[in-house]
Amino acid sequence: MGVLKISRELVTRMISHALDEYPLEACGLLGGDAEVAKEVYPARNDAASARVYTLNPLDHLKADRAAEAAGHEIIGVYHSHTHSEAYPSQTDVAQAPDPGWHYVLVSLKRRHPVVRSYRIEAGTIVEEDVVEL
Amino acid sequence: MPVEIRIPTVLRPAVGGQSVVKAEGQTIGELLGSLAVEYPAISGQVIGSDGAMHRFVNIYLNDDDVRYLGKLDTKVAEGDVVSILPAVAGGSD
Repeated sequence: MGVLKISRELVTRMISHALDEYPLEACGLLGGDAEVAKEVYPARNDAASARVYTLNPLDHLKADRAAEAAGHEIIGVYHSHTHSEAYPSQTDVAQAPDPGWHYVLVSLKRRHPVVRSYRIEAGTIVEEDVVEL
Repeated sequence: MPVEIRIPTVLRPAVGGQSVVKAEGQTIGELLGSLAVEYPAISGQVIGSDGAMHRFVNIYLNDDDVRYLGKLDTKVAEGDVVSILPAVAGGSD
């Protein structure tokens, strides 16, 4: 089973971003090394939708450069599900760009936000542990 | 006139694991063409069989999205940096 190691501070920043954008979906990228997240890069959702997201490409470019400048690389993406569980949708699976990435879901469906992480490869979803650093 | 092309992680296996490669060409299309000659495994992953950019790929010339410049006909010059990025999208639907 895979794992995503991430600090509580970074998890809190993803949740804060999701809450700030509510009721629209929020999205952003994770920078780090393999299984260790070192930074989160909030991005604009060009779809401006409560049901889908399109991560702004220029924000992606800037995040890619920032990660490289810090000696890291982009290792995954996070986005919020405002009214559904923290599980990848068919849309998420169909549009997953990189089998090496971590796919983090922040669900705001329940009273307390739920954060889970997955690997998506060739249409197969495998949940991984989220381990606090 | 070699131009630097930044390769996203998902395409690096097609270019021998490199994060940055250099290619020759006067336009984005020519650069990608010479890249595909050197690394045949990348053929079809950035430009489709119809000869147009895949919609799930974004290409930047320095800070500008080439879709809003001249697409594959966008001119490049020495010192430019071309970045290939996967389009990132999804949602709860």
